[in-house]
Amino acid sequence: MPELINIALLTFLVVISVVIIRAKDVFTAVMLSGIFSLLCAGLFTVMDAVDVAFTEAAVGAGVSTVLMLAALSMTTSQEKERPTNWGALVVAVLTGALLVYGTLDMPKYGDPAAPVHTHEQVAKRYVETSLVEIDVPNMVTSLLASYRGFDTLGETTVVLTACIGVLLLLGGRRREEDEHEGS
Amino acid sequence: MNIDVGLFNYWVVVILMVAGLYTVISKGHLIKKIIGLNIFQVSVFMMYITMGKVEDGTAPIFSETAVAYSNPLNSVLILTAIVVGVATTAVGLALAVRIHEAYGTLDESEIIEMDGGE
Repeated sequence: MPELINIALLTFLVVISVVIIRAKDVFTAVMLSGIFSLLCAGLFTVMDAVDVAFTEAAVGAGVSTVLMLAALSMTTSQEKERPTNWGALVVAVLTGALLVYGTLDMPKYGDPAAPVHTHEQVAKRYVETSLVEIDVPNMVTSLLASYRGFDTLGETTVVLTACIGVLLLLGGRRREEDEHEGS
Repeated sequence: MNIDVGLFNYWVVVILMVAGLYTVISKGHLIKKIIGLNIFQVSVFMMYITMGKVEDGTAPIFSETAVAYSNPLNSVLILTAIVVGVATTAVGLALAVRIHEAYGTLDESEIIEMDGGE
């Protein structure tokens, strides 16, 4: 049964991505991308990645949709009509064909013998010893905060840099406006 | 009922990736390009999580009844990637807002024209 849900949700994702490409109004595309993220969250739950699912639902479907709506309210959602770019389509489809050729060597969905699951030092070790070593029942938490703490530190640095970037880009603008009003 | 999904997930990932790539290349509106970038990004997330699934496995939280656990490492990597993805989206949108202020449009070809052609 989960396999059936998996296939249905993936089909929905493909349909929505095509509708996003064809949408005339960018506002429609933004709302559809919110639905897209929520469906992804459902898919992640089916594939046993619950932590990823609620992050995607909160951050992907929530925060980024709000950010995009805010950006749209400050700009324009009208998109200029453009003829279909056949060159781009050919490049994209060719890339896709090469990638599909690449997937033929991938292990099947859910295969317990796949290399990702069998490496002694990584996943196997986390599953077997993290309860003893870290004493947190949720493996994703103990991995994120302890074994891979430096990754998370790096992530925080990126978020900080992005915040500084956004503040520099949008913060300076207000001051300029104030000065114009004052003079 | 057990259906053999096989490589279906990876093929959908590739389709989404192509959709994202096409949007980024061919659409003129800058915010729509960012949406395309997001679709591309999500397709990569999907690939990682697909690899992490183990048959008959449960979510990677210790329990007495679990037979097998799905791979926790993939979840951790993608958790980091989602947050970083939103941060970069925010910077991209801020740039789009500034570009709209400076040029009065978000259409790529109009902006290139205003800069005096390519």
